[in-house]
Amino acid sequence: MKVVNQKIPSIDGKSLMMGRIAYSDDFADSDSLVIKVLRSPHPFAKIVAIDVSSASTLPGVEIVLTYADFNRIPFTRAGQGYPEPSPHDKFVLDEYVRYIGDEVAIVAAVDEATAKQALKLINVEYQVMEPILDFETAYNNPIVLHPEPEIHEMFPIGFDPKKNVAAEYHMEIGDIETALKQCDVVVNETYYTQAQAHAMMEPHSCNARFDHLNRLVIYSSTQTPFHIRRIISQALEFPISRIRVIKPRVGGGFGGKQAVHGELIAASVTIRTGKPSKLVYTRKEVFESSYTRHPMRFDMRLGAMKDGTLKAIDCQVLSDTGAYGEHALTVFMVAGSKVLPLYNKVDSVRFGGKVVYTNHTPAGAFRGYGAIQGNFALESVIDVLCHKLQIDPVVFRQKNMMKEGESSPIFAIMGEGTEGTAMTMDTCKLDYCVKRGMELIGWKTKYPRQVISEDLVRGVGMAIAMQGSGIPLIDMGSAIIKLNDGGFYNLLVGATDIGQKSDTILAQICAEELETTIDKIIVTSSDTDLTPFDTGAYASSTTYVSGNAVVNAAKAMKLLLIEEAAKILKINKDKIIFDGSSFSDSEGKIKISLADLSNRLYYNENQKQLATTGSFVGHKSPPPFMAGFAEVEIDIKTGETSVINYVSVVDCGTTINPKLAQGQVEGGIVQGIGMALYEEVNVAKSGKLITNSFLSYKIPTRLEIKNLVTEFADSYEESGPFGAKSVAEIGIDTPPAAIMNAIYNAIGVRINVLPATPEKIWMGINKKEKKL
Amino acid sequence: MKIELTLNGRKISVDILPGEYLIETLRKCNIHSVRRGCDTTNCGVCTILLDGKPVPSCSVLSAQADHHQITTIEGIAHEAEKLSTFFGKEGADQCGYCNPALALSVYALMKENPHPTSAEIDEYLIGNLCRCSGYKNQNKAIMAFLAEEARMEEQ
Repeated sequence: MKVVNQKIPSIDGKSLMMGRIAYSDDFADSDSLVIKVLRSPHPFAKIVAIDVSSASTLPGVEIVLTYADFNRIPFTRAGQGYPEPSPHDKFVLDEYVRYIGDEVAIVAAVDEATAKQALKLINVEYQVMEPILDFETAYNNPIVLHPEPEIHEMFPIGFDPKKNVAAEYHMEIGDIETALKQCDVVVNETYYTQAQAHAMMEPHSCNARFDHLNRLVIYSSTQTPFHIRRIISQALEFPISRIRVIKPRVGGGFGGKQAVHGELIAASVTIRTGKPSKLVYTRKEVFESSYTRHPMRFDMRLGAMKDGTLKAIDCQVLSDTGAYGEHALTVFMVAGSKVLPLYNKVDSVRFGGKVVYTNHTPAGAFRGYGAIQGNFALESVIDVLCHKLQIDPVVFRQKNMMKEGESSPIFAIMGEGTEGTAMTMDTCKLDYCVKRGMELIGWKTKYPRQVISEDLVRGVGMAIAMQGSGIPLIDMGSAIIKLNDGGFYNLLVGATDIGQKSDTILAQICAEELETTIDKIIVTSSDTDLTPFDTGAYASSTTYVSGNAVVNAAKAMKLLLIEEAAKILKINKDKIIFDGSSFSDSEGKIKISLADLSNRLYYNENQKQLATTGSFVGHKSPPPFMAGFAEVEIDIKTGETSVINYVSVVDCGTTINPKLAQGQVEGGIVQGIGMALYEEVNVAKSGKLITNSFLSYKIPTRLEIKNLVTEFADSYEESGPFGAKSVAEIGIDTPPAAIMNAIYNAIGVRINVLPATPEKIWMGINKKEKKL
Repeated sequence: MKIELTLNGRKISVDILPGEYLIETLRKCNIHSVRRGCDTTNCGVCTILLDGKPVPSCSVLSAQADHHQITTIEGIAHEAEKLSTFFGKEGADQCGYCNPALALSVYALMKENPHPTSAEIDEYLIGNLCRCSGYKNQNKAIMAFLAEEARMEEQ
């Protein structure tokens, strides 16, 4: 392979570093109305009266909108396949507000200062109601968060709003109680994960205007431009054919932009005023009013025999979706479906639980999408079991984990809101990943702990993980390739580059198939008018799903080129040899260059445009796998803990671009380290999010990240483009469990509630509380 | 009110409102490379050089910059382009949103300390947050860039 599997610099990196116009707000019209949103100060309230007269008449204010200005059309902000597996339980504006930060009113004014001043002039009389702020009390609580009659599920997802249940699911393979009874050893543990914030550097941003064709054109920092177009049309009853959504460069998403956020608001303002408008979230709004990771509680029971054979896994989940049920079912199901198959030789496995509404900031998609939460619980309790069995946790995993050529019945049973898809692991290099990871971390010499000094202790811990590569039979990607005069190509893809560099990856795939270089592939992505359909950047789908679509389009282009060359050269097309830049007969005597061929096709004879289309929908979702090894150093006097080494060995099939793949893994690892140790979410008794700025919400800085070692297993997935599986999410899954296991191995303290702050660790050391 | 700035070596006069911050003034002047991240001095995405020193433009009042030198990425385009080549080699660039600010901080570091250690680089750049990269490839790219610049300087 000449282009694929090469460390090629990204196609847009230089321009982005040089500060060129690139992101949504850079494209806002200079005369845009500036939009500000009045947000609820109460976690749960009914708007009894709202007086906007003073705000509306303030000079410079163009429009003020309240719930009375919108038809009651329930929708979900979640950008997912349609019909969505999320309940339609949200209105653009509603007479109820369900969390501190929920939308109350919209103001658009000539400038920001005027819009802000107008917000202060809106008088709202609230009937404040008692909120639900403890998700463990939400189920069947007399307080009902969603009493409104219009809301509904799109198909059965266990939606039961009268009981505050957004979704529910249960499955059981074998008989869990019988299987546990037959085990020599049973462990029973409870784990909690927190409402991690995405903290992408670019806040949510969008702007709207009517163009020369009187069509609504929206620039948005979104992961799902096609879903945005559909949801705007549905929720605002505006013809879909009059909407164009353009996603320029995006400053990070991580799932936080897999939803409609400001787009409906900007669209409403522009549709009603006819004027361009823009909405840029403040950082506080990003924290309080976009999305978080779903906090979850896991009740885990494992059973094994004395010889270390794992027999039974019971995983019962309670998930907090906050005020709205966005991604509620699917994130919760992934906590099982992309975690439990890791141990595929058990007699029985049971998974189930509820996703409940609370008056917290809504939870949504976030890199890992449930798998990181489930992985923390499962890979922690596996170590608890190993300790009880007195077996090395690596040896235990090697005995019980998924191997190449094997399967799990879970794949067929659990999909994302629907039944799953049966599949065999055609590539699974977990064995290698674990072995190589042990070498790189120095497991044999370092396990379980090393005492460095009177105060400092080091420990090592590990975890294994899997993810998916798109959602089979749902996620669809497509590509159009157009040959230009001069012999270069346009590649048009709906796929959504949000900083993961998918435009570069897809250009590499296209160039490889067309045997050319990436400077000959001009990528245009994510413009609902110009590019073909793609579900968007989520579920680790772009390389595998959209990449396969590019392969299909490029293969078709190659056939077309050879056909046209054969006509011009007057030889049989089977005899044509195409090397990417010219066509010749088998002896290399008769020749025409690609540039000449394209020029003749467009200027001289039998003129016609050459363009091909390729689509792809996965029939399986080959999981990437990895082993993560953490080495922590703990100051036992203060509880201060740092990850001094993190080793990742990843099987993602072929790395289309090894450096960019490394970036995906290491970016994920660092977000995972953040979730494990630093990213504490504090909510006041009033329901207000205290950690709503980068001052109080601590993502890792350069100083926290010591040494990262990242390697890839030699692996080739036949169904993937040039052997590739996904690599976007797998990196984030292992740190919470691997780090908690390392902390336990260092000091004998087990942290079951994330994050493991120095305080918790210190209390564990000093109060000898083993579970915190 | 009116202030005078030397913006990337060119003297300009701009109308500002009382309480206006530099980030707003610069974006008004069509300097889109100064990006908005947090408005609370924590993320570093809006970093510019004020008289050669990196400062968060979200928290410097435009009035304070009257008669001072402002450098944005456009003012060090040559160095930024070179740095981007090293970022490209290391795969250290992802969403790119924080990169102009990071490049400005690297430039300021280079002027203060042309031969920093890896740890000194991380220490100097602590105010430039990145949520994409995991930081380590950025550190490698910056090390390589500074080594190359120092080599050129010696020649």
